[in-house]
Amino acid sequence: MPLPSPSTPPRADALAKATGAERYAFDSIPEGCLHAGAFRPGARLGIAHGRVRGVDAGAALSIPGVVRVLTAADVPGPNLHGIIHRDQPVLCGEVIRHAGDPVALVLAETPEALRDGLAALRADIEPLPGAFDAAGALKPGAPLVHAGRKGGNLLLRAKIEKGDARAALKNAPVVVRGEFFTPVQEHAFLETQCGTARLLPDGTLDMTLSTQSPFRDRFEIGAGLGLDPLSIRIRAPHLGGGFGGKDGATVQCLLALAALNAGGRPVRMAWDREESVLAGFKRHAVRLRCALGADTDGTLLAHDCDMLFDTGAYAHLGGEVMELSMEHACGPYRIPNTRVTGRCVYTNNPIAGAFRGFGVAQASPAFEGLMDELAAKLGMDPLELRRRNALAGGDVNGAGVRLNASAHLPECLEAVAAHPLWAEREAWRASAPAFTMRGVGVAAVFNGMGYGRGLPDMAIAKVELTDAGGFRVYVSVADMGQGNASAFALLAAQELNQPPSSIELVMPDTERCHPSGSSSAGRTTYTFGNALIKACAGLRAKLASRAAMPLLRDTLDGLALEPGRVVHAPSGKALPLAVLARFLPHDDRICVAEFLMPVAQDVAGKAEGFLIGYPHLLFAYAAHLARIEVDGLTGRVRVCDYLCATDGGRVLHRQGFDQQAQGGAAQGIGYALFEEFRLDAGRSTTGDLGTYLIPTALDLPDIASLAVDGCEESGPHGLKGVGEVGLNGPAPAVAAALRHCLGDAAARRLRRLPFTPERVLAALKAGGTARNRRRA
Amino acid sequence: MSPRTTISFRLNGRDISVETAPDARAVDLLRDLGALDVKEGCGTGECGACSILAGGAHVLSCLMLAAQLDGREITTPSGLGTPGEPHPVQQALAEGGAVQCGFCTPGMSMAAAALLAQNPAPTREEIRTAISGNLCRCTGYVMIVDAVQAAARKMRGDSGPPQAAAQTSRKKPAAARKKGGKG
Repeated sequence: MPLPSPSTPPRADALAKATGAERYAFDSIPEGCLHAGAFRPGARLGIAHGRVRGVDAGAALSIPGVVRVLTAADVPGPNLHGIIHRDQPVLCGEVIRHAGDPVALVLAETPEALRDGLAALRADIEPLPGAFDAAGALKPGAPLVHAGRKGGNLLLRAKIEKGDARAALKNAPVVVRGEFFTPVQEHAFLETQCGTARLLPDGTLDMTLSTQSPFRDRFEIGAGLGLDPLSIRIRAPHLGGGFGGKDGATVQCLLALAALNAGGRPVRMAWDREESVLAGFKRHAVRLRCALGADTDGTLLAHDCDMLFDTGAYAHLGGEVMELSMEHACGPYRIPNTRVTGRCVYTNNPIAGAFRGFGVAQASPAFEGLMDELAAKLGMDPLELRRRNALAGGDVNGAGVRLNASAHLPECLEAVAAHPLWAEREAWRASAPAFTMRGVGVAAVFNGMGYGRGLPDMAIAKVELTDAGGFRVYVSVADMGQGNASAFALLAAQELNQPPSSIELVMPDTERCHPSGSSSAGRTTYTFGNALIKACAGLRAKLASRAAMPLLRDTLDGLALEPGRVVHAPSGKALPLAVLARFLPHDDRICVAEFLMPVAQDVAGKAEGFLIGYPHLLFAYAAHLARIEVDGLTGRVRVCDYLCATDGGRVLHRQGFDQQAQGGAAQGIGYALFEEFRLDAGRSTTGDLGTYLIPTALDLPDIASLAVDGCEESGPHGLKGVGEVGLNGPAPAVAAALRHCLGDAAARRLRRLPFTPERVLAALKAGGTARNRRRA
Repeated sequence: MSPRTTISFRLNGRDISVETAPDARAVDLLRDLGALDVKEGCGTGECGACSILAGGAHVLSCLMLAAQLDGREITTPSGLGTPGEPHPVQQALAEGGAVQCGFCTPGMSMAAAALLAQNPAPTREEIRTAISGNLCRCTGYVMIVDAVQAAARKMRGDSGPPQAAAQTSRKKPAAARKKGGKG
């Protein structure tokens, strides 16, 4: 049921950003700073795996303005970092494991001297045989990415099992199977990885970073460089995009190392676009082999899925992304028997990590692809098949978790079913002009929220009455563009009964704000928002009570916080907040509160292999519809109309909700159609935005967003996170639309993203008698 | 060191005379002069974040040499408007939800302002074409197109109800990805 639009004041950060007044980490250019850059010789030499025999810095050091060239020998401490597994060198001294691995760090007086210094560096790298695909990397005798590592190239093997999927598949009246492949995806945030660092005289390492995880970064830097993590201060201004790619150390350790060697001068590092593509984290490429069994009436009986993840050269978040992917492998459906196996494998490819949809975007084309295959085999309407099996509140999901939280996928499907774009799908198909085909497809998707069981998904919020009688919110979770900071200001204004203009924000700063988890996993607004509501409620009650003395009341009754003042209603007496602020010592004007996300306790399924983060309790749901047109001569697919109906709990800010839905869908359409990250023996051949194509304004339709009214009791005013789920729908929805217009035979050949013109043409040819191909 | 040369131009209404190297890029010079409202997202003319107006024309400052600024009237996003006095396009982008991370937005405001200066009543297709050299990774562009339409109405003094968003499909296929922008 679409909600009436809640009033949507514009985001507080929007005007400063639109006029260019906002200062990002990219715009932090301290007076007198040095410029640092990493030397990544693999790309230049065409080597993704090689032994480092030496670095010749002589020519570089003779360039005026080049100050220092640092190598692995200059790295204090273990020289290994990572979020969960510490396996990534800050600078590689012995081996490079992917083409973007750094072997030296240059410090220079100017960007020009840095550029020339990097160009003048020479490395002697002996090529080693490489492992460039996950399946090959598991074969006996495959080159080892981390020589001597127990377990070889297998980072993690895991299994989820509920019931007996194999037996149920054997007995199922209808079974469909398929192998799917989802590719690497580049985040392509507009602000590349960047930041500044300075070693202060008192030993504090003071950093300003474009990061999603300021509090955790301290520990990753500390571990890599052998520093006291709590001597590191990190500030995170507004990010110019993140999408998961700034979760974990990018520039962090290199910048810290540079600052330790800069004689107390500030250092700036900003990757250019090519370095961002070369060295940044990517979405994992995944191969999925699945089988889905059903009764003749479409009731799902069993799902068996095997996943093979390519994590690239380092573990980073590989195991955790695979965990979430496996947990979602069976789709948002009631399936009594499920079995999911997964292996996450090291290769000499670029490092994979978090990306919006965190493994779920990789699973959704497979589970939805098989649903469409099943619908075709049963001769059933694909939307009806989904309705029949959709998870609702109280059901047990594929991983065996009982959904006692809000779950409104059926309503999402109803909203799409009731929409003209669905109702008129056959007319659309029949209306295709000459040499074109038209089709409509739907997909049902979901996405878990938070870190999952075994990890504290916590946030701590602090709110303070200022000297002037306004309020200051200390935000602990980074705003990568999703607008959570602005949402927190509105939330605080509401909870404190104050005008939004009286709220000021302190952006994440590990010295001034309280520790909180990262900005990720659809948890940011949910977790910090809950903590903030608690902190505001505490401060509201405290300030009302504290006013009793100056207002000469002998009881606390009738005192209330109103805009700008505390009022004693019975007497009509009021105390301005600016006066109350002066009346109280500073430490009494503060309230701090924490929130810890609930985790699943009632789990019917069994899981092996996961260390932490499994399973999840809360999910956002969505139904997506794509209406497409295919050029029969070129194979080009155009998304003409797009619709998403999303259950993100209660909608508190309609514009912000639609922003997330549309933005997620846009990235998903890119993933479905355009974004092909090509690798040749571990080296990217799509190294910039001219070869790796993200959608322009001409490539996307007007994406329509519907809100489904739900209420998640544990959420701040009923809200759930909607940041991730929107990316999971477009690939399967477009695939379904391709099936609608090209037929089942061609659709079976379209199980590898993206659906480029070449792949579509090949499927068309092989599919033979596409029923809707028309001639003029 | 390259020989240096002195150039003079107007930057947001202010006369500037500055020494620069012949191989320096306009984006670097402008940012060195404090114009941090000019962003850089790719350095190769594909993303449009470094958009500026030169004599009112939308150009990419990462593809321009600093020397090409000589004698020109240059407007950057902060010269177009400020948070206190925004240009109608900037105001509409902010109010219309067209700003998420916002890193592309200053450049987007340049492209949109240049369009509206030439075409006060653009269609959605014309807006999409005009901003097609400015990549946005956050929004999916819907609210950007809405905002530019809203700004156009406001600048025309037309307070009527918004035209309905195009619900039907576009007839013409999109142009191939533009390389090199307009710099």
